[in-house]
Amino acid sequence: MQLISLPVSEQLILTLAALILFTSFLLLAQTRLVTLIHTFALQGGLLFLTTVLVAIASGRHHLLISAALTLGLKVFFIPWQLRLLVVRLDIRREVEVVGNASLIMIGAGALTLFSYYVALPIRELSLLSTRNTIAISLAVILIGMLMIITRRKAVTQVIGFMSMENGLMFAAVAATHGMPMVVELGVALDVLVAAILFGIFFFHIRSEFGSLDVDRLNRLNEVDR
Amino acid sequence: MNGWVIAIIQTALMAAGAPFLTGWVKWVKCKLQCRQGPPPWQPYRDLAKLFRKEVVISDKASVIFRISPYLIFSVTALAGSIVPLLAVGLPTSAIADVIVLVGFFALARFFLALAGMDIGTAFGGMGSSREVTISSLAEPAMLLAVFTLAMTVSSTNLATMIYRLLDFPFQLYPSFIFAGLGLLLVAVAECGRIPVDNPATHLELTMVHEAMILEYSGRHLALMEWAAMLKLMIYGVLIANLFVPWGVALEYTAYDFAVAMVTITAKLLVLGIVLAVSETSLAKMRLFRVPQFLGLAFILSLLGMLSHVILEVR
Repeated sequence: MQLISLPVSEQLILTLAALILFTSFLLLAQTRLVTLIHTFALQGGLLFLTTVLVAIASGRHHLLISAALTLGLKVFFIPWQLRLLVVRLDIRREVEVVGNASLIMIGAGALTLFSYYVALPIRELSLLSTRNTIAISLAVILIGMLMIITRRKAVTQVIGFMSMENGLMFAAVAATHGMPMVVELGVALDVLVAAILFGIFFFHIRSEFGSLDVDRLNRLNEVDR
Repeated sequence: MNGWVIAIIQTALMAAGAPFLTGWVKWVKCKLQCRQGPPPWQPYRDLAKLFRKEVVISDKASVIFRISPYLIFSVTALAGSIVPLLAVGLPTSAIADVIVLVGFFALARFFLALAGMDIGTAFGGMGSSREVTISSLAEPAMLLAVFTLAMTVSSTNLATMIYRLLDFPFQLYPSFIFAGLGLLLVAVAECGRIPVDNPATHLELTMVHEAMILEYSGRHLALMEWAAMLKLMIYGVLIANLFVPWGVALEYTAYDFAVAMVTITAKLLVLGIVLAVSETSLAKMRLFRVPQFLGLAFILSLLGMLSHVILEVR
């Protein structure tokens, strides 16, 4: 077992990877909106810690800028913005019914296994000792997608989307020591714009359909009336 | 034969300490809820009182009802002898591994459920059916959590596990976080604590363990209660010594034993406080939500296993 020979920082990164996967499962299982947003912020916080650790351990200090962006956007700004939206739309107390929760959780477990097998050949290409995290980040992305599929409320779908983005970011940071700065700035800007746009869309969906349940978008208005 | 003597003393210590742990949890809980509360040694008095009392048995009771308390207590005590309380490498732990431990618990539970149904009262059958439902969901989660540990140290023997873990005392294992959390949830369910069952109540609609032993009295009841306390103790020692293994005696010297005694007492007292805090802050959940709770335990153990395979094996 070679785990023992790893330096402490890399052991910590592996532990953080496991915790990020765990928060993904929590996001999938959580039905209360405000707690969901807090869990999302927690995932962002773990991502921030990972980025700082990688930056210090590998000596690539431009990653600290990326870490600061993560902290500012994913831990504070987006959760705050989402929370504000939830308060304004007055859906703070709503509980989303998730059909067959245990089946979805087992599905998430299966997705994790699947991403492990998919990532097996990829990790041969990397020389870093933290390359095993590729499977974890792939699993986080797939679980985010599963969350978008299984949830019906627009807000939770947006959180699923954002957690997919967290998974991508984590893959970039932990498995390859970060992307070029330009790309990272672009992604951060994208996420920021997306968060604001989603907010505007929520209000539009709500005023058109009287609910944030996206299933209603499937119905033709003319036919129903 | 030195090892056997130590093993017997260790098992006796475990049985003797179990009521104190239960009393300690109750006492801390009372303090947290601003109540006076019985002193931590109250369970000893209760047990002594019950042992002195006369046994009343229904004339419909079969032999299973009579032998069950003795059988359950001795099987639980045997299970306790496997778990390293103070020292590792004792002959008792060489005989049986952690799968046998789960098997002992299952055997005790089987007779407990039979004894609950034996007299034919409504409550007994209800309690038995609930107990079996809960344990059938808890057992796979427990086995998965234990297998995660077993895969890390490539052994299912508890003593070997602790040996290997103490070889690298400051090693971070991501999978242990999940296995530990899963095992904690399973322990809460199996020992019948809040939020799964409430040991302090005899309310008809909610009780599980209390419903099964409702017909017992006198020394039979004392043995049943003592076995339940011992089970809590075993789970406590299992969690404390597997996930925080420091302080366990590796050599049989007086100094090592003293250190082991102090550390395990401290660990168990802390664990008792954690249990009391969680019991104070949580409400008992509806019976139909227990599968969800144990599903979480199962998912946690599964995640532990997955993160072991993905992150730790290379």
